[in-house]
Amino acid sequence: MKIRTGTIFDIKRFAVHDGPGIRTTIFFKGCPLNCWWCHNPESQNPDPETILHPNSGETELIGKSVNISELMDEIRKDIIFYDESGGGVTVSGGEPLMQPEFLVALLNQCTNENINTTIDTTGFSSLKTMKSMLGKLDLFLYDLKFIDDEKHQAYTGVSNKSILTNLKYLDSEKESVIIRIPIIPGVTDTKTNIKSLGTFISSSLQNINKVNILPYNRLGEGKYPRLNRPYRFANQLATPSDKELNRIKNELETYGLGVQIGG
Amino acid sequence: MKDRIKSLREQSMNAQPSLSIERAKLLTDYYQSGAADKASIPVARAQAFKYILENKKICINEGELIIGERGPEPTATPTYPEICTHTLQDFEILNSREKISFSVNDEVKELQSNVITPFWKGRSIRDKIFAAVDPEWIESYNAGLFTEFMEQRAPGHTVGGAHLWTNGMHDFQKEIAESIDNLDFFNDPEALNKKEELNAMAIAAEALILFAGRYSKKAMELAKKETNLKRKKELESIANICKHVPANAPRNMWEALQHYWFIHLGVITELNTWDSYNPGRLDQNLYSLYQQDISNKTHTEDSAKELLQAFWIKFNNQPAPPKVGVTAEESNTYTDFCLINIGGVKEDGSNAVNELSYILLDVIEEMRLLQPSSMVQISRKSPDRFLKRAFDIIKTGYGQPSVFNTDTIIQELTRQGKSIIDARAGGASGCVEAGAFGKEAYILTGYFNIPKVLEITLNNGIDPNTGKLLGLQTGNPVEFTTFEELVVAFTKQMNYFIDIKIKGNNIIERLWAQTLPAPFMSLLTKDCIQNGKDYNDGGARYNSSYIQGVGLGSITDSLAAIKYNIYDNKNVTMQELLNALKSNFKDSKSLREMLIYKTPKFGNDDDYPDDLMKDVFEIYWNAIDGRPNTKGGQHRVNLLPTTVHVYFGRMIGALPDGRMAHEPLSEGVSPVQGADIKGPTAVIKSVAKIDHERTGGTLLNQKFSPKFLDDEKSLEKVAHLVRSYFKMDGHHIQFNVVSVDTLRDAQKHPDKYRNLIVRVAGYSDLFINLGIELQNEIINRTEHMSA
Repeated sequence: MKIRTGTIFDIKRFAVHDGPGIRTTIFFKGCPLNCWWCHNPESQNPDPETILHPNSGETELIGKSVNISELMDEIRKDIIFYDESGGGVTVSGGEPLMQPEFLVALLNQCTNENINTTIDTTGFSSLKTMKSMLGKLDLFLYDLKFIDDEKHQAYTGVSNKSILTNLKYLDSEKESVIIRIPIIPGVTDTKTNIKSLGTFISSSLQNINKVNILPYNRLGEGKYPRLNRPYRFANQLATPSDKELNRIKNELETYGLGVQIGG
Repeated sequence: MKDRIKSLREQSMNAQPSLSIERAKLLTDYYQSGAADKASIPVARAQAFKYILENKKICINEGELIIGERGPEPTATPTYPEICTHTLQDFEILNSREKISFSVNDEVKELQSNVITPFWKGRSIRDKIFAAVDPEWIESYNAGLFTEFMEQRAPGHTVGGAHLWTNGMHDFQKEIAESIDNLDFFNDPEALNKKEELNAMAIAAEALILFAGRYSKKAMELAKKETNLKRKKELESIANICKHVPANAPRNMWEALQHYWFIHLGVITELNTWDSYNPGRLDQNLYSLYQQDISNKTHTEDSAKELLQAFWIKFNNQPAPPKVGVTAEESNTYTDFCLINIGGVKEDGSNAVNELSYILLDVIEEMRLLQPSSMVQISRKSPDRFLKRAFDIIKTGYGQPSVFNTDTIIQELTRQGKSIIDARAGGASGCVEAGAFGKEAYILTGYFNIPKVLEITLNNGIDPNTGKLLGLQTGNPVEFTTFEELVVAFTKQMNYFIDIKIKGNNIIERLWAQTLPAPFMSLLTKDCIQNGKDYNDGGARYNSSYIQGVGLGSITDSLAAIKYNIYDNKNVTMQELLNALKSNFKDSKSLREMLIYKTPKFGNDDDYPDDLMKDVFEIYWNAIDGRPNTKGGQHRVNLLPTTVHVYFGRMIGALPDGRMAHEPLSEGVSPVQGADIKGPTAVIKSVAKIDHERTGGTLLNQKFSPKFLDDEKSLEKVAHLVRSYFKMDGHHIQFNVVSVDTLRDAQKHPDKYRNLIVRVAGYSDLFINLGIELQNEIINRTEHMSA
């Protein structure tokens, strides 16, 4: 029997940066990665947890268990907007692939109802889980941070082996994928890293060619103390300038990639 | 922008509005001459109109291409003592008030107290209205239950039809003569009245020709003195144009704009009509002459644009006539609500967007003036690039153009019984009001304070502001055992106050018809000539009277709070809630937080409150729609506020939705400021649950951060949002694209933000011209940010 309930921490309607058109984004709770720059730190723990309210000082419970039917009720509310704009549902997180059975059930239901589906993923999962996604998603927004595994482990807490394997697999299955590179100043934007990313995408992948570069922002910083967790970049980083972003864009373009700033 | 346009624009923007006594003096001279005693009322009105136009000062500004001012100079604004005779105290207030002031000099004050007031006191329609209505009407009016549009301003709310652009005054005079010939004195008991009215119309038509003739003469004099040869030639052309129009139909674009402008001046000189007057579907009305001028090389696109820009400035030179008292509260702005329509469909139902539509959008973008207001009509057939072009301007943050749903406007008008052809040729005017252009008198009679009805219901008929018994004694709500009992009581109170308002309307309408006919407006509006009847007396093809409901979000959230917390979940008793309201939530902080944060709110696509909104709509609609007015037409509803949600809010104590006493109400059909927390799609879904097609217009405000609309993709998605709203029959949507930080900074440093324009409700205004309460209300509206 399929698991019909999952844990999410937010539903965002009128999401306009998570795939084509007007979308409803479902934020899954739980992430195997622990990126230093994560702007949704409340997404990482797979279980519901409490966060301090910024003003009142009261605690608020983050994360709740939902079943497919209540989630679909929420998703259906904006069908008229999906139809008009070519939008649909995006599953994000956290890492949706951490709740694979629930995710498959949700995606099947969306597909049955002809609702466009997109996943925003770290790509970190078993190959078996990734295979179970085949044909169920109209678009993968696939994060790629480092090719160098040591760096990857240092800044995300996990190895990138399965991420790269899964990406090659999706490429070989001709799935529709856009790679998203977070531009973290001094961390992912180094010449070496950009070069290794450009090389990997252009030489190891046959079909995938589109890349979005996403500038670092500090929007999540305030949430860390409220979760009683340290922010490892505290006061260190600034948002990259347009000039800097354009430099990276141009560099990646020399690998024949289609690059866009922002998602 | 050419230099001359630049300097005329500057002149217009920098002119300090002043009161001009010229019109009042000429009018009084005419009535004191004794001529009026020898003529019928409509003929006397027409003669007075003619006397004013024959004697008022002629003003041609340096470099102008389109000429003619209502006052002696730009932004010098006349008074209309036959409607409202200002006291010297009124003048003091107008002169000294912080916002929307008019400078008043000593000569004006002297004439007012020595000549104008002694003659018009007791004769003005304002005095007559307040003497004729019931004491219940007066008490409700004073309590802020409703406002009255016709106590200081004339019935207007109409728009020039296509026929104005293909007929001159001579053509109308011919029609008038035919109508007189066709009068049947043997069988029609009204024949003599009709003849007098038609004679009055003929005089009014003649008056406008004479007025243009004076301008022609003046232009020729200036031409003779002019040393710059180019300007000399221009002035000669202007002189010739003013000889030809408005007497005859215009033959080219320049003549057409000048023709309309004389007509506009005629309407706003005859009376101080609400919403001034309006060239209506400008891209349609002007299109064939534009094409002709381009093809025969009379104009290039650029020179056509210059003419249109010159035309635009003329509107900005005419502030709304000075308003005092409650009328100033409900519409506190210099804007006079001329709303130019662009786009839509043709009479055959096909897409009407043409090259001129885009050129007009260019003009709007470049001129960035408060007047005229502008809007785009979007039908299913309108090209996306047209909507996108409109958004290019909207995102620059000046609130124009607003966006309307042509398909819904057509449904609204045909539901009211208009022919589909007349509906397609129509549009929206004022703030958002649907009308059959050129054929309908659609009169807004006043705003109605829906949440106040709940307050009175909760107090068993008493207005807690004054302690007076104002409504019906529908029972002590503490004794209501079900929510339905409260709804029944609320419905009774609603019907009671609507009855008072409608009875008042039927009295006031007759006073206007009998004492202040408008023969000039009548000859412009179909079918007044054929009917031999005045615009103010039901002469138009269609005659609608509106009562504009205000505070839909506030009433919905208040009812939801009562149902949810008292009856469904028993979180609080009625007595506890009433005590908290009475004390303005003093000592009830946690109750108030529950009401605000833990209670379902309108605007979140939640059926719990949204169903209550639908119930309120039905109660309001049933109380009003279809009830006869005195002009052969019906009462209708629409939902918009201008600035009255601030005044109405001031008249109400604390409300069950957690709103503190005297704070502004929600505006238009928008959710309560800040109550919508699920983003714009949820707002739009909630608001689309209103049955827009049974209204004559609704007003939805949305605020986006400038950053959000900065990128092309997001802009596209907002356009999709609009299209989706319109699929669901939404009537209108408008956007503020300015950040809260900017607005706060503008409050602190007004001098730095003298040109900051924001969308209020149905119009744009300079932020610094708004009262502090309204400024705060706009700041508190939910701002949609990046997702």
